[in-house]
Amino acid sequence: MNVCCETPAFEAPQTPRSGGLSTVVLIGPPNSGKSTLFNRLTGLRQKVANYPGVTVEQRMGLMSGVGRDDLTLIDLPGVYSLTPYSEDARVSVNVLKGKMPGTPKPDAVLLVLDSLHLTRQLMLAAPVLALGLPTLILLNMSDLMESRGGKIDTLKLAKELGAPVAQISAVHGSGLDSVPLFLNQCALPPAAKKAELLLTLPVLGNAASTHRWAAQVSRRTGYKAPLSAENSRKLDSVLLHRVWGPLLFLAVVIGVFEVVFAIGQPLSDGFGDVLAKIGSVVRPVLPAGWLQSLVIDGAWKGISSVLVFLPQILLLFLFIGILEDSGYLARAALIADRVMRTTGLNGKAFIPLLSAYACAVPAIMATRTIENKRDRFATILVTPFMTCSARLPVYMLLIAAFIPPKTFLHGFLGLQTIVMLGLYLAGFVAAMTTAWLLKSSILKSSEAPFILELPQYRMPTIRSLAMRLVDRAKVFMRQAGTVILAVTLGLWLLAHIPPVPGPGGHYTAPELADSVIGKMGHFIEPAIAPLGFNWKVGIGLISSVLAREVMVSTMGTLYGADPETQTMHLQNALHTDMTLGGAVALMVFFAFAMQCTSTMAVVRRETNSWKWPAIQFAWMLTLAWLGAFAVNHVINAFFG
Amino acid sequence: MSVLTDLRIGETATLIALDLPDSVQNFLMHMGFVPDAQVTALRKAPAGDPTVYAIDGMEIALRRETAKSIRVRSNVEASTGAIDAELNKIAANSRAEQAEIHEFAGATR
Repeated sequence: MNVCCETPAFEAPQTPRSGGLSTVVLIGPPNSGKSTLFNRLTGLRQKVANYPGVTVEQRMGLMSGVGRDDLTLIDLPGVYSLTPYSEDARVSVNVLKGKMPGTPKPDAVLLVLDSLHLTRQLMLAAPVLALGLPTLILLNMSDLMESRGGKIDTLKLAKELGAPVAQISAVHGSGLDSVPLFLNQCALPPAAKKAELLLTLPVLGNAASTHRWAAQVSRRTGYKAPLSAENSRKLDSVLLHRVWGPLLFLAVVIGVFEVVFAIGQPLSDGFGDVLAKIGSVVRPVLPAGWLQSLVIDGAWKGISSVLVFLPQILLLFLFIGILEDSGYLARAALIADRVMRTTGLNGKAFIPLLSAYACAVPAIMATRTIENKRDRFATILVTPFMTCSARLPVYMLLIAAFIPPKTFLHGFLGLQTIVMLGLYLAGFVAAMTTAWLLKSSILKSSEAPFILELPQYRMPTIRSLAMRLVDRAKVFMRQAGTVILAVTLGLWLLAHIPPVPGPGGHYTAPELADSVIGKMGHFIEPAIAPLGFNWKVGIGLISSVLAREVMVSTMGTLYGADPETQTMHLQNALHTDMTLGGAVALMVFFAFAMQCTSTMAVVRRETNSWKWPAIQFAWMLTLAWLGAFAVNHVINAFFG
Repeated sequence: MSVLTDLRIGETATLIALDLPDSVQNFLMHMGFVPDAQVTALRKAPAGDPTVYAIDGMEIALRRETAKSIRVRSNVEASTGAIDAELNKIAANSRAEQAEIHEFAGATR
């Protein structure tokens, strides 16, 4: 991800580069808004949210947001001090000190501090200033500072610290002119700079001394902390209430799924009609024969069967975005800590596990905030059980096809929502049980402390939510255009060989069951027949090891290639081919099985061995097979 | 002398020391848990643990095991201590007065 390599070779720098400035680094305490600022300064879209520990590795980008394409900006995970405590903080300290292989040594520092808690945040200023690099101190969240009646004398603070200080609001983009001004200043030859003031710094590394120093500085510069967030506390007295807290948490979760079904389903159906229309418009344009069959019945059917779910997935991500940006997630961590502790998991595991509801890959990387290695590995191993968004197309397809849209409680609670919640719960219970097994056997460790900073609530901005949705849609489309397209084309090919001689000496495609893919499916059928799966599902299970949503496109392609079901809607085709028991068993299989090569690759990278992903894959497959077997037989016994 | 877990909700105390492993202690100190800091127990999580503490204008949640290793001096205790001292002084004064009166009485007799 080295963005700086994309710099054109020839380019006239707008400012003299005699100072040799080329790399600037962003550093600051967790949740002080570094990544929001990074996105402003580079025009990139690094993930941001309102809780500490969102950024877990360094990110680089050119500072094109302020017209300085010649400079590379590095964003770092937040740190409280330069004595690193966890893996992500170690990255920051190494980069800052120029000890990170492959990352250039920084020439200047942008120190981002949350002005709402300046006294404590100043503690980081001491070791950073002691590095001796040109430093600009950015007091972030100045908008909230003013509205809450806080005061800070930036001039006095600059004198006190011997470094320029500016007030900014990264969210609103105000005060950012100070950054290019500072960088121009840095580029001037040293003689032109003002004589630096001598700075008295505390004993570095000694927290008490550093805190005393920070308190003195903030007192001498007339810092007045803003009124502590009364509103946050009032909200918390409801959201963390003994009774209302957990109930509201449950209501939020149910409400999100209800909306995803009630509003998302019609949207997805409408989108599906549009996609089908496109197929039928393009069909006559292509010459009849194998090309038409490949493009329309193979590729387009496969891809559009997955793309259909885009509206519902975006709706879900809109809610996740609101929860993350508002600061509610940290409260949810607090509510769930009791469960986590019973399993022996580290309290910090909750935030990675929650973000795994979107995708396990960034979630596994987010475990870097967990200091204890055994705790971290246990979290990595259970993360893929959490229901990621790639499972949604599979669930939604099967639920829409097999679960009737009955409602209870005067229409407030749908049967489809209940089944969906059940699947999420199944994944969560599997994760917790596995964690408990791991923590009481091979990954036993002493209990790690749970230290969680509760951020103040913030109103999510439309801009940030919109950016999340655009990014998510891009990821989804890219997946459809690459992995899913490739698998679909491969499947279509395998479904059409070997050609058989037809009437008049022409070779035609074989019966689906006689094709290569048909033979493969029949070969594995005995292993999955007890689960209520036919051979077509078997093909889907194999191809979806690449990525879960490939299951849906595989079904689309296979039923599209079969003349019997070719004209049918995928839901109807499935309905004629599977029992209720088999369909629910298939959902349970997907709740537990590790069908994702990207996750396996990231587990291998983060644990530095193939042993852990192998154990994980085998364990999840075993649970999936047993779970599906049980569900298939129970449901067939009751409803069959 | 007590520990953080002894605080009732809404009660504020003065931090004395942390009896935790070095790395955790250092981390907490950088979060504001330094000697003489004012800590308020704000609220408990719905399950009764962890507890949210306000320190230095921040809200930080700690599990019981961690909080019980943080020694504090209750501000209420401190003030009752002052009152006790005051009362003792008054008592001593009155005893001295009594003695004087006795002396005076003895002298006049």
